Amino acid sequence: MASFNTLVLVCLGYVMLLFIVAFVADRLAATGGDRWLRSPLIYTLSLSIYCTAWTFYGAVGYAARSGLEFVTIYLGPTLVMIGWWWGVRKLIRIGRSQRITSIADLISARYGKSNLLAVGVTVLSVIAITPYIALQLQSITLSFAVFSDGDELTNRDTTAFWAASGLAAFAILFGTRNLDANERHQGVVTVVTAVALEAVVKLVALLAVGIFVVWGVAGGVPDMLERIDASDIGRWQTDRSRWATIMFLAAAAFICLPRMFQVMVVENDDERHLQTAGWAFPLYLAAMSLFVVPIAVIGLDTLPEGSNPDLFVLTVPLSEGREGLAMFSFLGGFSSATSMVIVAAMALSTMVSNHIVMPIWLSLRGDGASVSGDVRSIVIFSRRLAIAGIMALGYTYFRASGGGAALAAIGLIAFAGIAQVLPALVGGLYWRGATRSGAAAGLLVGFLVWAYTLLLPETGSGILTAGVLEHGPLGLSWLRPHALFGIEGLDPIVHSVAWSLFLNTAVFCIISVSTFPGPLERLQGAQFVNVFEHSAAPKEWAGSYAQTEDLMIMTQRIMEAEQARALFRQGAGQQGQSGEMPEPTPAFLEFLERALSGSVGAATAHAMIGQIVGRSSVSVEDLLAVADESAELMEYSSRLGAQSAELSRTARQLREANEMLTQISEQKDAFLSQVSHELRTPMTSIRAFSELMRDTEALSEADQKRFANIIHDEARRLTRLLDDLLDLSVLESGKVNLNLNAGNLSEVMDQAVVTALTGSSNPIQVLREPGSADIGIHTDLDRLSQVFINIISNAQKYCDAETPELSITTSRNGEQIVIDFVDNGSGIPPEARAAVFEKFARVSADKAGGAGLGLAICREILQRLGGDVSYLDGHEGGAFRVQLPLNTNL
Amino acid sequence: MNEKPTRPPVFLERSGYHRRRMADAAFLLPIFGALLLCTPILWPSTPDAPDQTVSAVSMSGAILYVFGVWLLLIIGAAWFGLWVRKWGEDRQDPGAL
Repeated sequence: MASFNTLVLVCLGYVMLLFIVAFVADRLAATGGDRWLRSPLIYTLSLSIYCTAWTFYGAVGYAARSGLEFVTIYLGPTLVMIGWWWGVRKLIRIGRSQRITSIADLISARYGKSNLLAVGVTVLSVIAITPYIALQLQSITLSFAVFSDGDELTNRDTTAFWAASGLAAFAILFGTRNLDANERHQGVVTVVTAVALEAVVKLVALLAVGIFVVWGVAGGVPDMLERIDASDIGRWQTDRSRWATIMFLAAAAFICLPRMFQVMVVENDDERHLQTAGWAFPLYLAAMSLFVVPIAVIGLDTLPEGSNPDLFVLTVPLSEGREGLAMFSFLGGFSSATSMVIVAAMALSTMVSNHIVMPIWLSLRGDGASVSGDVRSIVIFSRRLAIAGIMALGYTYFRASGGGAALAAIGLIAFAGIAQVLPALVGGLYWRGATRSGAAAGLLVGFLVWAYTLLLPETGSGILTAGVLEHGPLGLSWLRPHALFGIEGLDPIVHSVAWSLFLNTAVFCIISVSTFPGPLERLQGAQFVNVFEHSAAPKEWAGSYAQTEDLMIMTQRIMEAEQARALFRQGAGQQGQSGEMPEPTPAFLEFLERALSGSVGAATAHAMIGQIVGRSSVSVEDLLAVADESAELMEYSSRLGAQSAELSRTARQLREANEMLTQISEQKDAFLSQVSHELRTPMTSIRAFSELMRDTEALSEADQKRFANIIHDEARRLTRLLDDLLDLSVLESGKVNLNLNAGNLSEVMDQAVVTALTGSSNPIQVLREPGSADIGIHTDLDRLSQVFINIISNAQKYCDAETPELSITTSRNGEQIVIDFVDNGSGIPPEARAAVFEKFARVSADKAGGAGLGLAICREILQRLGGDVSYLDGHEGGAFRVQLPLNTNL
Repeated sequence: MNEKPTRPPVFLERSGYHRRRMADAAFLLPIFGALLLCTPILWPSTPDAPDQTVSAVSMSGAILYVFGVWLLLIIGAAWFGLWVRKWGEDRQDPGAL
């Protein structure tokens, strides 16, 4: 008999082997030589984590107790796998196109990314799977106990504790090394490889024991069949309802168990692996169950009454003295337990961390998940914590339950619990009308009924008292946990499965039909149900070089060619290659995605790379994120557009200002030349006459006086000109001080007429309507008078009629006073009319009395006073119209 | 998403027709399998035959039946898998129809 220490050494050696295999697989994956690791064979073998220690040891015990019924546990998955074309293939296609990470994620994604549903499925999974993990611990401790005689009871809890700790450490080391939150990760290749190795070990171990039993003990197939028929289980004695129910339950659990979903959907590399796995996995299951009945029969025959049939796989070889075979078979059981626990803990920890820990952590931080760097380390940490927590729960459950026969029943109870996900899953896959409310309600009802009719009564937790079990709660006999609604006599499993799944499905359908899904839910529903129309079938493996080239072309469209090449060179350098074409490893893709997201946004970069690498189609959430990003871009570019419009407006204004300045400068030049011309004429005559007076010796008194008069006149004219210029410049610059007073228009006019006509030899006849100008005004009276004087003197000066007349008419037009000055001369020629108000404009050179500034000054004054002056067309003689407001308020 | 401007043709050419019938076969395989594997429900069982007028099926017979059906299903699935591989999964996806 092997000692306990030998056993521990064998286990440690086996774990070491697993580590070496994982290490080699890791190296192969890193160097790209892992194609065979992603082969259909490895995929098929990885599915074998369905066969746990419960099936390895328990199947023989099951057969010893209930005959052939154990085989239904394997027949259900067989039916699922041979129908892969219609079921699992769709699941895998959806899992790939939606980047699903777990069964909870799938349910949540289908029903509009509902985290409530994800939490529900996660909680259900943890409740159902924890006892299952406890069961694995039990089988490990029991098998240890077989080898270490006698003192097993003292050692039991210690063994379980060390097994649990070791498995937790193993799962953490394997499952969370290189974690990429949403992607299939490199590290999993190693886990899947290790699981595949364990699959081979447990199959070969069981086959070895079976072959030994049939040919070594029984002496061949015919003898074996005879012994079977002669044994206690030699007649068909199966409970009919259980046969069909368990087959269905196993099929449901095969799809819904988190660990199965993990290896079957999440870790699937290529849906074409199903072409092989569709028949190879049923073959594996058939091989696993082929020798179960023979081993059970031989065990019942040869071993003493009362031996534990669950351990026949170990005790039969031991009793025949085959210690090596027993040790190998022990390793088979050990690997069944380890692979199941590792993958289950990984799958559950992903669910717990993604749907419970991370949402809580993010909402506690409150600033969203925009920073990716430290989130990743939190994800790894929370997953490790979750693995440790799940293992601790399993161990606690093992301690609390006492590890007796109660645990053996837990396998089917867990199956029934996890099968509650089935209606929401199948409905979500094939029925677009399934809604979130329906799924949540169905799940809740199914869970409650399952817990009430199966979990609580069967696991002996003591929550339901014997009284409740016998008479129902509060004496309501129709609510008895094992006879719901008065249907008695059924097997508890059949009873619970029938009621929980029936009520679950009914509630799911009724609520789905009567509620209306949200938009995201409807889109996701269409994406799931019609996944084959929305996603491409996997392409032929085209070689990584082509993919890299596609990535290069895409990158060059986004950034500059030289920059893109530098990026790819850097990527190749990191992989230890020369040249510009790195392998499209996950690390490089991540690197590229980060680089591209700087240019086009994270969601767009992810979607683009995903399309090229063919890992996933673009999901609705991706599209929404892309839409958000492009909306931001559009807003940015519209801001740019507004800015550039403003700039061009400013430029136009500047151009206009520049033109105006140029014009003004030209005007100024013209004005200056005119002014100098105007100044030059009087200055010339002043100079000429003053020189004449200085140089002429004998100048008569009369001449002297005449010359002095001329000089004086010219000097006065010069002064007037300068005064006018000064006046005009003051008016134009707007610095004039208006002296506003109240007065009467008539008085101002009277004064102006008198002033204008004083000193004239032949004064013009001024005609005025008496009283019409008797209007009170409030304005600068002196300035107004200046305007009138100017206009009247002009008429006096230029009117060429024989008896010159000037008629002045005044009228009121609302708040405006209109005064027309019309004379009876020939007027101003039409071509000169436009220019009369310009500076230095004179109608005719021969009557050069003034400088030509008078009317310009008039217009300036009137504009300052809020009025205007204009030439009045349609009259024979010269006609001016002065408009003036009644009140000047400046 | 609106990539179906025209209705799909009512009649397919020979290969497309064959492909659909194979998909039908893949659908029927697990159903027939389930029916065959459930027939043991109809067998007389030991508690049913206390008067021994009908003898219960022997365990070796049951094993041969169950594993025989199992083997047939595996062969059927393998044949279908080979067929799918031969035809390849190209553009026209029969699973979607």
